[in-house]
Amino acid sequence: MITRLGRWIGKHLMLTLGILVLVYMYIPNMIVALMSFNDSSQSRNLYQFQSFTWDNWLNPCEPQGMCESLRVSISIGLLATLVATAIGTLAAFALVRHRFEGRSTANLMIFLPMATPEIVMGSSLLALFVAAGFGGQLGFWTILIAHIMFCISFVVVTVRSRLAGLDSNLEKAAMDLYANEWQTFWRITFPLVFPGILSAALLAFSLSFDDFIITNLNSGTTVTFPMFVWGAAQRGVPMQVNVIGTLMFILALAIVIGGEVAARRRAKGKAAAL
Amino acid sequence: MSLADQARGDLKLTGLHKRYPNGFVAVESLDLVIPQGSFFALLGPSGCGKTTTLRMVAGLEEATKGTIHIGDQDITYARPYKRPVNTVFQNYALFPHLTIAENVAFGPTRRGAKDPAKEVKEILALTELTEQAAKKPAQLSGGQQQRVALARAIINRPDVLLLDEPLGALDLKLRRAMQIELKRIQEEVGLTFVHVTHDQEEAMTMADTVAVMNKGRIEQMGAPYDLYTNPQTTFVANFLGRSNLIKAKVLGREGTGADAVVKVDMHGTIATIKASKVHTDSDQGWVGIRPEKVLIQPEGQAIDAPGAALSGAVVVDASYIGVSTDYTLRMPWGQEITCFEQNTGRRGGLIPVGTKVDVSWRPEFAFLLDSSQDVEAGLEED
Repeated sequence: MITRLGRWIGKHLMLTLGILVLVYMYIPNMIVALMSFNDSSQSRNLYQFQSFTWDNWLNPCEPQGMCESLRVSISIGLLATLVATAIGTLAAFALVRHRFEGRSTANLMIFLPMATPEIVMGSSLLALFVAAGFGGQLGFWTILIAHIMFCISFVVVTVRSRLAGLDSNLEKAAMDLYANEWQTFWRITFPLVFPGILSAALLAFSLSFDDFIITNLNSGTTVTFPMFVWGAAQRGVPMQVNVIGTLMFILALAIVIGGEVAARRRAKGKAAAL
Repeated sequence: MSLADQARGDLKLTGLHKRYPNGFVAVESLDLVIPQGSFFALLGPSGCGKTTTLRMVAGLEEATKGTIHIGDQDITYARPYKRPVNTVFQNYALFPHLTIAENVAFGPTRRGAKDPAKEVKEILALTELTEQAAKKPAQLSGGQQQRVALARAIINRPDVLLLDEPLGALDLKLRRAMQIELKRIQEEVGLTFVHVTHDQEEAMTMADTVAVMNKGRIEQMGAPYDLYTNPQTTFVANFLGRSNLIKAKVLGREGTGADAVVKVDMHGTIATIKASKVHTDSDQGWVGIRPEKVLIQPEGQAIDAPGAALSGAVVVDASYIGVSTDYTLRMPWGQEITCFEQNTGRRGGLIPVGTKVDVSWRPEFAFLLDSSQDVEAGLEED
């Protein structure tokens, strides 16, 4: 029996290792999903599964302040994504398409914030806000400004790589085929760069939603979701956090699967149209 | 309405000049008239300015000086999308996110065609792409992509169609097939084709007129037959096919009119060259003769040529190709010349290496070039 299993593993070593890595990566999500059904009211030990309950899912907003912090995080995330994606995309076009004095310096300076430790960036932002006289108004807007700032670099880098891979002959071909500059951009350039812009936006949102260090330093009395979880962890995380975690995971999964299905259906539709 | 009936005009380049900001002159005051409806080839090595010329006509590159006209219309500085000109790009530049039918319909749609579906269908049929209409470019083979690029351009019935090395990415067999295909389509639609290529065989197969370009200038222009049989410079003689160039002293002229000849002395052998194929005024020159025009016979045997025979040559290499045999001969003065002999079977075998042979050719096949020109101009550098 053992030898047969050994042979099977030998034959499927790649597959086995791959599955093990995936299990390793997804165990935390599984635990989170499991804990979202944990009835913790009977026990002091929060991290042990006691008994199954729907209560956490039925009353997700029960812990005081949690859903409010979630709302703040989502609002900041959406706004930061919107602004950073717009600015970052324009910057990426400028950096790839135009030759100008100081282009390589600009490229480097765009990259630099990504390499800067968050704690340094966060504290210098705080120093800036205080020096500028906003020390008393730290909150939603200062967080938003900070998030837009660090998201821009990631957007530029993502869109830039997509744009650099785009054959500039395609735009010349469009112009050759009677499309003016405007039509060329909307018919050819934009649709081809769009996947890059979309992944940049998704990246920006998850970076913003996730951020703790910079946010914590510049938040004043505003509480974002990561800050709520951090604060709650001192006393014991309410099981509802696991509900939110599971929901976020399912949402991400749905976006990925939805994209995949749409792509396949498009390919199939084209084939069927023949 | 037949396309060929529409009023169009010749493509006229006048003093066209392109100097890049780094000082490199790609095209030097080019004057050229390409007649309407012709298949014209710009032939030359890479960097000779042929692609730059094409891009200036397409509007993708701005001329430094000079003008570009189609008929009476000055298009020198017109935006690319305002020109009655379309381009088949070297890498095809098909829009990857659009289907083949959408790619082909792109031009007509931009020009405001309400329903280009019928035209698209016709063009796809002409280019044998009907089956591929709903596919994306990435799903097509190289030859099919090439035809899409062509269909996408000719559907607009441009006054001038520019082809930038359109067959460069195809393998040899497909390239030959596409050459014939392109020629057929050009005859069918009757548009002016300007074809840029570095492949001399491709240019000669397809074009009515070939302009050989070198260093931003046109070296010589004419029908393929005239260019090949009567090159005017060593560059053309070497770049278009192969040539044996033998140093000679000019002795003098004889005869008048069509019978006029120039007498030359090639290392002691006197030969004559038709005056119409003499392209030098100096007393020195290069006698040029194509390898397939060179006749050889083992020493002492009769050669079927009325000209003077050069004796004392030795076969140093014989490559049997099947249809022909390539001989390399060492002449008494040390130069090596090439001779291609058809394997008609008359000889009944090869002439062995080391055999002493006599060499001759019919005098009307030879040409005389200026001795000041580089004898190695136009040879491939490899």
